[in-house]
Amino acid sequence: MHGNLAPNIKTNECDLLIAVGMRFSDRVTGTLSTYARQAKIIHLDIDKSEFGKNVKPDVAVLGDCRKTLKLITERMAKADHKEWIESFKPLDKEEFDKVINNALYPASGPLKMGEVVKAVSDQSPDNSILVTDVGQNQMFSARYFKFRSKRSIVTSGGLGTMGFCLPAAIGAAFGAPERMVFAFQGDGGFQMNIQELGTVMQTGAPVKMIVLNNTYLGNVRQWQQMMFNCRYSCTHMMNPDYSKVAAGYGIPYKRVEKREELKDSIAEMINFKGAFILEVIVMDEENVMPMIPPGNSVDNMIFSLAGN
Amino acid sequence: MNMNNNNKKLYTLIVHSENIAGILNQVTAVFTRRQVNIESLNVSASSIPGIHRYTITAMTDSESVAKIAAQIKKKVDVLQCQYYTDSEIFMQEVALYKVVTGVLTDNPQISSIIRKYDAKLIEVNSTFSVIEKTGRTEDITALNKELSAQGAILQFVSSGRVAITRARIEHVSEYLDNMASRYGNNNPNGRNNPNGCNPNGSNSNDSNSLNDNNSQNGCNSPNKEK
Repeated sequence: MHGNLAPNIKTNECDLLIAVGMRFSDRVTGTLSTYARQAKIIHLDIDKSEFGKNVKPDVAVLGDCRKTLKLITERMAKADHKEWIESFKPLDKEEFDKVINNALYPASGPLKMGEVVKAVSDQSPDNSILVTDVGQNQMFSARYFKFRSKRSIVTSGGLGTMGFCLPAAIGAAFGAPERMVFAFQGDGGFQMNIQELGTVMQTGAPVKMIVLNNTYLGNVRQWQQMMFNCRYSCTHMMNPDYSKVAAGYGIPYKRVEKREELKDSIAEMINFKGAFILEVIVMDEENVMPMIPPGNSVDNMIFSLAGN
Repeated sequence: MNMNNNNKKLYTLIVHSENIAGILNQVTAVFTRRQVNIESLNVSASSIPGIHRYTITAMTDSESVAKIAAQIKKKVDVLQCQYYTDSEIFMQEVALYKVVTGVLTDNPQISSIIRKYDAKLIEVNSTFSVIEKTGRTEDITALNKELSAQGAILQFVSSGRVAITRARIEHVSEYLDNMASRYGNNNPNGRNNPNGCNPNGSNSNDSNSLNDNNSQNGCNSPNKEK
């Protein structure tokens, strides 16, 4: 449904598609009838029932890909596909010009979610862990947070459970105490498991919580804009005064709305030893782009909704 | 799930599973998830102790039934799941028809229908009588139709299909024998677990004294001995 432009376009141009541990989820493929029809498909998976479930592979390799991948690669000579790799570049540029530039470097106006994610990422230590909730916050975080270490992301992917972020971030903080944990959530998801602030308070889990507050259930609102002419039904939300909630739990809190205050607020959050809630007031009707509209082919991406 | 309506036919799935509460629910959930309606369902003990056998019929296309069988087979407590078309199995069904005794005695058509379908009259009392028919689904349905046309039927019930495969290979027995020889304890030649998994930590197939002891082969408990 989203993803980057170049891989989606090139999927329908490649002659070989190698899928490793992939279930060909409809979020990734768009309509199956036009997904990689021109390509030969090699599907490596540990679960036999995945072969042919959504896409018929030409070669199915059953097994633990830790072993099977190696069995394949050690029989291959290294090749250079310079021309193919270069062909991604113009599409990357198109995505930058039409989407990324506006998402990360708005000249003026309210703060944008991608901008905030990047600002946190830029100041974060190399071995940071990114935990996301579900929805626009999740997509912007995955798009614009830079990963520099292994095992850096904890997210509710195919299950898409809102409220996942806060408890998962607490777990990450205990699982990897030497790594800083950044928990990106929307105002919706944050409130779904807000009682876990109690766990943070009681255990002292040093989670850096960034609440991207746009007063909407953003992802659904985006669809309502796209498909229902902005008839926003049950997506606009009233939020509590998070400063009071944080104070109630004894967790340090800061609210930021102005671009010029963003960098210092993030630094304050990072330098504080312990849990921190940073509420960022972001643009209310921002959309995650590029997008494969529902029912479309994987290579049919749009860059904006009308008027946005 | 795209279902091509033109290609639907009646498939019979035969499932063998452990006899544990809740498995039936898991198996039928596979059908529910895919919005495939179950036409009939039959579960009872199989000839193998501790194993239950299900006979499930559903109207669907060949691609869907293959995927359904794959998803059922994946379940931990399911041993086997195979699917068949009508020509690959020998099937039988039993049905009971409750009729008003007065209609039975007064209408000569009823007894000639009973004779025509080779059905049995298994109960007669002053109020009602019960006819039993064992045979193919089509015959049971046809008998129901003819008796209903005479206005005779008070109640009708059919057991649903039970089936035996026509194939020469007995899939389930073969599967169990296979499992027993791979993982069972009676293995004097020390045939290792093919995955090379050894709880004592060694990954290789070296034949050390571990394999000589019946009780220490791989991950088995002594109870698995056949």
